[in-house]
Amino acid sequence: MSFAQLIGDWHALFVLFVAGVVPNQIWRMLGLWFGGGIDEGSELLVWVRAVATAILAGVIAQIVVEPPGALASVPDVLRYGAVAAGLVVFLLTRRSIFAGVVAGEVFMLAGTWWLG
Amino acid sequence: MALPPLDSPQWQSPWRAFAWGLRSITQTILTLVLFATYLGIGALAHDSHFSLLWALCSTLFVWAGPAQIILITTLGSGATVIQSAIAVTVSAIRLFPMVVSVLPLMRTPTTKRRELFFAAHLTAVTLWVECHRFLPQVPRERRIAFVNGLGFGLVSVCLTANTVGYFLAANLTKTLGAAILLLTPLSFLFSTARNSREVADVVALALGVLLYPLAAKMNSGLDILVSGLVAGTIAYSVHWWREVRA
Repeated sequence: MSFAQLIGDWHALFVLFVAGVVPNQIWRMLGLWFGGGIDEGSELLVWVRAVATAILAGVIAQIVVEPPGALASVPDVLRYGAVAAGLVVFLLTRRSIFAGVVAGEVFMLAGTWWLG
Repeated sequence: MALPPLDSPQWQSPWRAFAWGLRSITQTILTLVLFATYLGIGALAHDSHFSLLWALCSTLFVWAGPAQIILITTLGSGATVIQSAIAVTVSAIRLFPMVVSVLPLMRTPTTKRRELFFAAHLTAVTLWVECHRFLPQVPRERRIAFVNGLGFGLVSVCLTANTVGYFLAANLTKTLGAAILLLTPLSFLFSTARNSREVADVVALALGVLLYPLAAKMNSGLDILVSGLVAGTIAYSVHWWREVRA
């Protein structure tokens, strides 16, 4: 791999700025601007936090339902099963993130191996 | 490692607070999860023919895992810059309420807006979750320094992971790649569930997951926004209804 390959071209970096950096920073800076006058215990903030949580939940569902890259090669039943298995273990272990993640991964890897 | 008590002299210097924030990255499983997620992003960038510098800049300046995965996947599969920008803008909307809810935890009556700039930039899912966990144990006037330290540490871990993943990419099998990508939804789901103390948080999380596939059927391009607003508002109504009855 050459040095030039590691740097890439300026066009790609420009695209990163337009399609990646600006769309993210807009929301953060709006939050910085409008967050100023809001009290942390306010009802508006309870609503805003609920919406933030639900949007994140949507991203989680999106990655499992419409998987990117290599994850798309895993059958639907294994992806959904992995989340379900992880959730059961997470709840049984009194909400251990580590146990839940490991259980989900083991389910998917074992299933992939079993299905050949 | 436990953080010093709130009245400890350890908190007198902002640099010490920064150092405590930096050290706190060793206190959370999410650091490991971030490492694995960014290992995957580095590998994904390599396989989609982006340069290492591009991958590192995306981590440094975008600093949002889901947005980076969407950006790489859409651009890599031939979407236009405009199409990618719209998808990323929608995925990034959640940063707005996160910043709005996290900054008041750090503000004092004398805090200037520009002092919160880096904290706002560093705000993403992991930092948001960790702020709610760590900040009650940090004196209010040192919270900005603490968060800057925590964020600096997390960004460094992710830049390292990107570089390792980029060079590993050639050797990563498809199954292993899938396992790394699966880490993202699993870890985000369980870490958010663990930090949901109020009924509204639990309802928002569960409904948000369940409503997304329905919203996606509408194919509006704003699926995440629609399901998030509906699920979040229902969750808030549940909270409001309980308050009124109490």
